[in-house]
Amino acid sequence: MTLLYTEVEEELRASVRDLLADRCGPDAVLKRVESASPYDMDLWKTLSREIGVAGLLVPEEYGGAGASAREAAVVLEELGRAVAPVPFLTSSVLATRALLQVGEKDLIQELASGETTAALAVSLAASPYRPLPATVTVTDRGTLSGEVRAVAGADVADVLLVPVGTALYRVAAEHVRIEVVPSLDLTRPIATVTFSDTPGEVVGHLDARKVLSFGAGLLASEQLGVAEWCLDTTLAYIKERHQFARPVGSFQAIKHRMADLWLDVVRARAAARNAADLLAAPPVPDAAAAVEIEAASAVAKSWCSEVVVHVAEEGVQLHGGTGMTWEHPLHLYLKRAKSTGIALGTPGAHRDALAVLADLPAPA
Amino acid sequence: MVDGETIGERVAALLAGHDPADRLEFLRARFDAGLAWVHFPEGLGGLGAPRELQQVVERELAGTPQLDTGVQAIGLGMAAPTILTFGTEEQKKRFLRPLWTGEEIWCQLFSEPGAGSDLATLGTRAVRDGDEWVVDGQKVWTSGAHHARWAILVARTDVDVPKHRGLTYFVCDMHAPGVDVRPLRQITGEAEFNEVFLTGVRLADSLRLGEVGDGWRVAQTTLMNERVAIGGAPVRRGGGMIGLVADTWRSRPELRTHDLHQRLLRLWVEADVTRLAGARLREQLSAGQPGPEGSGMKLSFASLNQALSGLDVELRGEEGLGYDDWTFRRSDSVDFFGRGPGYRYLRAKGNSIEGGTSEILRNIVAERVLGLPSEPRVDKDVPWKDLPR
Repeated sequence: MTLLYTEVEEELRASVRDLLADRCGPDAVLKRVESASPYDMDLWKTLSREIGVAGLLVPEEYGGAGASAREAAVVLEELGRAVAPVPFLTSSVLATRALLQVGEKDLIQELASGETTAALAVSLAASPYRPLPATVTVTDRGTLSGEVRAVAGADVADVLLVPVGTALYRVAAEHVRIEVVPSLDLTRPIATVTFSDTPGEVVGHLDARKVLSFGAGLLASEQLGVAEWCLDTTLAYIKERHQFARPVGSFQAIKHRMADLWLDVVRARAAARNAADLLAAPPVPDAAAAVEIEAASAVAKSWCSEVVVHVAEEGVQLHGGTGMTWEHPLHLYLKRAKSTGIALGTPGAHRDALAVLADLPAPA
Repeated sequence: MVDGETIGERVAALLAGHDPADRLEFLRARFDAGLAWVHFPEGLGGLGAPRELQQVVERELAGTPQLDTGVQAIGLGMAAPTILTFGTEEQKKRFLRPLWTGEEIWCQLFSEPGAGSDLATLGTRAVRDGDEWVVDGQKVWTSGAHHARWAILVARTDVDVPKHRGLTYFVCDMHAPGVDVRPLRQITGEAEFNEVFLTGVRLADSLRLGEVGDGWRVAQTTLMNERVAIGGAPVRRGGGMIGLVADTWRSRPELRTHDLHQRLLRLWVEADVTRLAGARLREQLSAGQPGPEGSGMKLSFASLNQALSGLDVELRGEEGLGYDDWTFRRSDSVDFFGRGPGYRYLRAKGNSIEGGTSEILRNIVAERVLGLPSEPRVDKDVPWKDLPR
């Protein structure tokens, strides 16, 4: 195990970063989120076809790259740096991980190519530590009925994967009503998904907690990427911007804040890498190892969630009035930061979980 | 090429030829076998091996006599790397072995009453007299000076140039006439630190480390090593200060409240991410990519230790109102974790001051890591003797 990046991971990062620099600059993202289709599915197809990101977590025998959580984490860092509006987290991490867990073999091959996109029909705010609310039920006829709110990636999904109890249903998107609602995060919109007498097919039994915990551990890497962009951009700005005949960044009050942010991000990188590294290990029956992995994800997600919001908020403040404008891309990062903090368990939810995982019990 | 196998053979030979029951003889033999610090050169306690192989040695020799790293913290963490980088062959041969075995304890004569964070402004004078230097001045915050045999000393040798340029670095003989060590009673009640008065102390020129006037550059090596030594030591998961607090929490359910629980969990997370950042830094170092994270580790160590030791006292309630012992005494070693929770709380206040204040370390991160401009300076091109004071 290592907390550093391997050469292969650095090569993967370079390919993703180059493509995003070309196709997904801040101006392009800003223009897109103001349009009717915030997701850039052309970019997504290119990322999948040329770099194979859609099938990163899919074993080679099913047409994927057979890579691990470590590589997926590097891709998430880069997608975070660009607030790229593509369904990697929702389709290639959460939905793919759910299908791998239930042992599905056909749909996963379609997802691996990036030609088909899926979304796990759970709220983006779902916590790994609470049972999913039972808002979808199975009718007497075996169809689905009910609704799930705040589903990310639903509006570009061809297939919805719907947990009902312990069963995982596969539902074609054309049979479902998907209503996009105004979202805090413009680059990862959420939707209300409504099932009414909707036909579905059981693909297996799902332990949603494990999938959400895996997703939370990896989301920390996306948060790291968002935080790094905010830190770099703010740093460049305060070196350029002059007030009182000096660069703003020469004032000690500002320098000390930047040093603290840097230290928070350094620690976020170590935490996110540690979670990705442990999540990359093949599943082991050992209960102690399982606790270790879950704790690493909880530590990474709780730390990175607070750091990314803090760095983005400090970025807005240190940009002065410019930070409050629509035309500067910083707001896209603040919105992504805040919404990822809520996604897949708030920092407090992950810390509560650590009370059990690290044996630090609450008062009786 | 020295590899793990060579190390294994060396360890086996050491164990076969020397009895660990004779502590000093064993440590000397270990040094001579190149198993003290394997990345040091041969003949100086090392084998010129990759730094990470030290772990193999530590594992193999875990059951044998160990160094007293509390007493010799300054010697091992600061003096040794500086002597290795700037010392002459004679100096390395003379000083490193008894330093490592603990036969000669070291202390550090850097800070002065008028030169703390602004260390380069220091005024202790060293004036050349033939083959000797005559030193006069006063130093402060000198841990362990009362049992030190040697000190690393920075003194002013030229008052006519700006402050950073007129300094020279020496090894000071603490047994020389004119060296007067007085205990400095601290916030904890004990005297771990001292004031050191230097009056007409004569040091041979062979005790100079580096060129005349190059003392600031030599001191930078010491200071950087000091920060890594204070903040960069490996801790196991849940070890160090968080381990002490967590143990109290687990064993004393009657002390738990919801507020304390929330604070404890936050600090648990911070302790763990700080531990991981330290582990990542050490990996970078052994992979030969020294990252800038080093200067940040002491910063996080200080704030974390202070928050945790404060929580520990508060958590204990009534017991937190007590203190183990206010008797004045001179302590044997630097100890952040020993004694009671009250002592740890008070001692931790020093963590953000000693070895570079947190304010200075933030400046270093901002300027050297992030590339931010320095504040305008009024003392930059002014000869030291003309500086206002």
